[in-house]
Amino acid sequence: MENKTLLEVKDLKVHFPIQKGIIFKRNAGFIRAVDGVSFSVRKGESLGLVGESGCGKSTTAMAIAQLQSLTAGSVMFEGTDLTALKKEDLQKMRMNFQIVFQDPYSSLDPRMRAIDLIAEPMRIYAKRGLLALTESEIEAKATSLMDVCGLSPTFKGRYPHEFSGGQRQRIGIARALSLEPKLILADEPVSALDVSIQSQILNLLKDLQQQFDLTFLFIAHDLAVVEYFCSRVAVMYLGHIVETASSQQLYHDSLHPYTQALLSAVPLPDPINARKRKRIILEGDVPSPSKIHKGCPFVERCPKAMKQCSLTPPRLKEVSPGHEVACFLYE
Amino acid sequence: MNTMTRLVKNRIALAGLIIISLYVVIIVVSFFWLPFDPMEMNPELMLQKPSLSSGHIFGTDEFGRDILSRVMKGSAVSLMISILATLLGATFGILMGIWAGFLGGRWDNVIMRIADILFSFPSLLLAIFIMAILGENNANIIIAIGIVYIPQFARISRGAIIALKSNEFVRAARSNGAGSSYILFNHLLPNSIAPIIVQISLSLSVAILLESALSFLGLGIQPPEPSWGNMLSSARKVMMLAPWTAIYPGLAIVTLVLGFNLLGDGLRDILDPRLRNVR
Repeated sequence: MENKTLLEVKDLKVHFPIQKGIIFKRNAGFIRAVDGVSFSVRKGESLGLVGESGCGKSTTAMAIAQLQSLTAGSVMFEGTDLTALKKEDLQKMRMNFQIVFQDPYSSLDPRMRAIDLIAEPMRIYAKRGLLALTESEIEAKATSLMDVCGLSPTFKGRYPHEFSGGQRQRIGIARALSLEPKLILADEPVSALDVSIQSQILNLLKDLQQQFDLTFLFIAHDLAVVEYFCSRVAVMYLGHIVETASSQQLYHDSLHPYTQALLSAVPLPDPINARKRKRIILEGDVPSPSKIHKGCPFVERCPKAMKQCSLTPPRLKEVSPGHEVACFLYE
Repeated sequence: MNTMTRLVKNRIALAGLIIISLYVVIIVVSFFWLPFDPMEMNPELMLQKPSLSSGHIFGTDEFGRDILSRVMKGSAVSLMISILATLLGATFGILMGIWAGFLGGRWDNVIMRIADILFSFPSLLLAIFIMAILGENNANIIIAIGIVYIPQFARISRGAIIALKSNEFVRAARSNGAGSSYILFNHLLPNSIAPIIVQISLSLSVAILLESALSFLGLGIQPPEPSWGNMLSSARKVMMLAPWTAIYPGLAIVTLVLGFNLLGDGLRDILDPRLRNVR
C-alpha cells in the first residue's frame, strides 16, 4: 500500500439553517450536521466512516463530492482544493471521484436502459471533449463494465424496474466505474440490500478495488460490514469524529467510550458469547444537532464523563501509531 | 418497438386515435365540401326531422339550416381552439412550473402565488372575465382558455419536477458532471411527462367544453358562424320540440372529448417503460 494521501478533509463544517416563518423567513439557529471533521484517505486504502443515523456521515460524503455546499473547511483532492474550484474545473475534477449511492431504486433514472445508465457519464464527458471516446467505444466499454460488475451484457436493453435490488446496485457501481475514478465515495452501498446480497456486493467492490486500484471512502452504519471491508475506520458522533483507527485496533482495542458502546451493541452470532459480553447501554438520546456544545459532544451520555469534558472540546490525538481518539481519558 | 407501433398495439390509444383522425378527416372534407351551406337560412325548412330523403340527415334548426353541415363546419373551429388554447396554456404553464420547481426558493413562491390567484377563480368565470376584457374574437377565445390553463400546467409540472428533484439519480447525474439544463431535459422532463400528457389530453377536451360554454353564453363564436357551443345555445329554445338540434352537436362534443381522453390515457401507458410489457 502506498502512503500517498489522495483525499484530505480539513475542518469540514456543514450547517443547515433552520428557517421559521412562511413569507418572511428568518433563521432560528443551525443544524450542525457536520461540525469540524478532519481526516485523510491514503491512496489504495478503504476508510470506513461509521456512526448512527443522523450523525452526519452521508452529509460528509456529499460535501466531499461538492454536492452539498459546505459552511467551512477544505477538501483537498490530490492537492487541489475542491471547494475553491470554478464550476468548469470542478466538473472536470468530478471524473476522479464517483459516488455509489445508498438507494439502488432512486439512484437510477427509471426511463433509461441499463446500458445508457452506465454510459451516461462517459457520454457527458465525451460531449465536452474531456473524454476521447467515440459512441461505439463508449457502448463497448459500458457493455464490458456490465460484465465486470457481474451483469450479463444481454440485459443491456432492460430498464431498472426489470432488475432486482442487487442487480440495480451493480448498475450503480458500473456507472461509478465508467469514468475510471481514483476515489469511490460509497454512501451506504449495501444497507438497502438483503444480507446475502450484501456480501455479494461487498465482494464485488473488493475485487474491483484490486482490479482498478481504487480508493474507497466507505460509509456505513453496519459495523460488521465495515470490519470486513475497510482497512481503517473513523467513528462519527453528532457531526464530530471521535476515534480513528485501523480496523484491527478499533475492533479489539477501542478507546473512546462511544466506540466501546457502539461495538458492544453489535449482534453476535453465537448466543453464548453474546451472553458473556458486557453491554454498555447508553442513557438518553442523541442531543439535537442544533445545540452548541462547549465541551465534548458526547458528554451528556458518556458513562465516564469528567468535569472538564463539559468545559472544553477534546481534540483528536494520536495515542498509538495510527490510532487517534478525541477523549480526555487519554490525554 | 418504437412509440408508433406501441401506439397501434395499445387498444385504448388506438380507439382515441381513430376518433380523432375521423374528426380530422371531417374537418378536411368540410373545407372543400359540405352537404348544404351552413349559414343559409331557409324558413320553409324550419326544424325538420332528421331524414335521409330530404338530404338533411341530422335535420334542420330553427332557421332551416342543415345541422350536419353546421356540425361539420363547427368541428374545425372547436378543434382549432382546443388545440391552440391547450398549446398556449401548456407552453407557458410548463415553463413556469419548471422554472418554479427547479429553481425553488423565491421564484417558486412568486410564480406559484400568481398561479394560486388565477386558480382561485372558477375556470369558466375566469374565461368569461378575460373574454369581457379582450372582446369577442376567435383569437381571444384561445387566449382566454389558454390563460385558464396556465396555472393548471404550472402546478402539475412544478409538482412533478419537485418530486423528481429529490431522487438520487439527479444527484448521481450531478456527480457525473451533468449541468442543470442537462439534468432538466434528460432526467426531469422525461420522467414528468406522464402527468403532463394526461393533463394535455384532459385540457384538450375541457377546452372544447369551455369553448362550448363560452359560445353558449354568447361570449364565444358569434352566430351565424357555427360552433358546437352556440349551436347548443340556440337549440336550448327549441330543444323540447326538436331534440335533434341539441343531440347532434352534443354528440360531437362527447365523442371528441372521449377521443382525446382515450388517447391521453393510452399515451401515458405507452410512454412509461414500467408499464410497457404489462398485459
